[in-house]
Amino acid sequence: MNTTIMLFLVQDGITNGAIYALLGLALVLVFAVTRVILIPQGEFVTYGALTYASLAAGQMPGTAKLALALGIGAFAFDLFVARKALHGRLVVRSFVTNIMLPAIVLALTIYFAAQKPPVAISIALSLVIVAMIGVYLYRIAFQPLAHTSVLVLLIASVGVHLALQGLGLLFFGAEGQRGPAVLSGAFTAGALRFTGQSITVYAITIAFIVGLWLFFGLTLYGKALRATAVNRLGARLAGIRTTLSGQIAFLLASVIGALSGIMIVPITTLYYDSGFLIGLKGFVAAIIGGLVSYPLTAVAALVVGIVEAFSSFYASNYKEVIVFMLLIPVLLLRSLAAPAVEEEKD
Amino acid sequence: MSALLSVTDAHVAYGKVEAVRSVSLEVGQNQIVTIVGANGAGKTTLLSAIMGILPLKGRVAFAGQDLARLDIEDRVAMGLGLVPEHRELFVTMNVEDNLELGAFRIERSKAKASMERVYTLFPRLKERRKQLAGTLSGGEQQMLAMGRALMGEPKLLMLDEPSLGLAPIIVADIFRIVTELRAAGVSVLLVEQNAQAALKIADQAYVMELGEFVLSGKASDIAANERVAASYLGFQHEGASVL
Repeated sequence: MNTTIMLFLVQDGITNGAIYALLGLALVLVFAVTRVILIPQGEFVTYGALTYASLAAGQMPGTAKLALALGIGAFAFDLFVARKALHGRLVVRSFVTNIMLPAIVLALTIYFAAQKPPVAISIALSLVIVAMIGVYLYRIAFQPLAHTSVLVLLIASVGVHLALQGLGLLFFGAEGQRGPAVLSGAFTAGALRFTGQSITVYAITIAFIVGLWLFFGLTLYGKALRATAVNRLGARLAGIRTTLSGQIAFLLASVIGALSGIMIVPITTLYYDSGFLIGLKGFVAAIIGGLVSYPLTAVAALVVGIVEAFSSFYASNYKEVIVFMLLIPVLLLRSLAAPAVEEEKD
Repeated sequence: MSALLSVTDAHVAYGKVEAVRSVSLEVGQNQIVTIVGANGAGKTTLLSAIMGILPLKGRVAFAGQDLARLDIEDRVAMGLGLVPEHRELFVTMNVEDNLELGAFRIERSKAKASMERVYTLFPRLKERRKQLAGTLSGGEQQMLAMGRALMGEPKLLMLDEPSLGLAPIIVADIFRIVTELRAAGVSVLLVEQNAQAALKIADQAYVMELGEFVLSGKASDIAANERVAASYLGFQHEGASVL
């Protein structure tokens, strides 16, 4: 094969791999903190992408209404849990974050959707909408189950995924959409052509990874999140609420998902159900990283992206099969290396 | 003056098995209270239930407030601290991060001063402040667990078997620090198998057997009690009969 094609495939693989890396990191984070295997990560991708594309096309995305509906649900959960010891401050705080915030965002969305907003506003609104959906979903679907086993959480996770996918069909229809590029223009370096969009993908991925690294290494909340992941009981004894850590983890995961979607949708046409497969590739990377290692996950994601690029060139019918087959030797090796362990009790 | 912690008629069960039955206890301000007893007597279970880790039937009041509806984090915020038997450190994080997180509920400005106090109490931790908690020796891990709990500025510190598996010289160090805490205004509820050492520094003591308190009183009286001496202190008084 000639080197130009090879370079081109590697470049393509790295662009996709960067996005899988972000998704994989989010999966590892959510699992470490909450023990939830985040199947709906793919829906965050789709919702982010299609909300952005709809707004850019001057349509009203249904996700903004969903955020408000979930917010009302989260508010009801808060009131129900605190029913025996209701006090004003708690009610006001829950009302502001769960009802007022999504209502304001909904109003802004209605206002801007009517007049084809600039790219930056579309991005900001999409991120906020999906972030709220992520946090409210945690409140409604996962927080009440926080004490249960990984398996129960996984089943809840599959349920949330199916529900969100169905709603996605309702909101965005069966046709695919594309969004405008975040950064247009392109330049060539040797044989390679770099589009503005691929530069955006690299820049945002690197910025996010550095940002996460600083957040976890330097800030109190970042450290609290790590502490919850390392030792849940120890964290609670230090006064760190597991629910707070869970909210932050879901917030980060949904923002990462939505951002990935916004980066992909100018390159590829996305459908209401495209996110699942994209999320699954991040999941492959996360599994290769053992659902614990961030650096291994990031490297594995790049490998997944490159393998995918090459297999779509040589055997495009089998490209998904080849990518998912990567898992088999990894799982085999891991099961040989680590004898069966009991599920964590706590 | 009312007690800082008062537990009335507490029952704690694992499924159908009652590990703690009808236990009542009080810890006053500036007191060291110890619960001694053999392995499996229910001491750890009782502490866990007071902290809110296990459900408890009965009444627990701290600083005059009923704890029934409060979860672990609320109790921490009220000034109740627990150093659990297994320490539950953040092993992949360094000593300083562990301590900093202990003050999660405390104002940032106060946390700095708290850390200095902990370092004065445990100079060893200061030497190792950039080392990962998982790589510390057993004694240092115990100090870190105590230090982390102290960072939350507890009014009452509950210590679960702080001497377990440690060299005698370190045990002596830890017991000395417990008495220093009392002098600094922190009450201590100390659960120990090492009854001799615990009774020496405690003000009040309870003896626990098979989930119940069988004896209670001033620590010095308990230490002098023949039955306790025979079963827990490893020696018998002249002519004492073992009950």
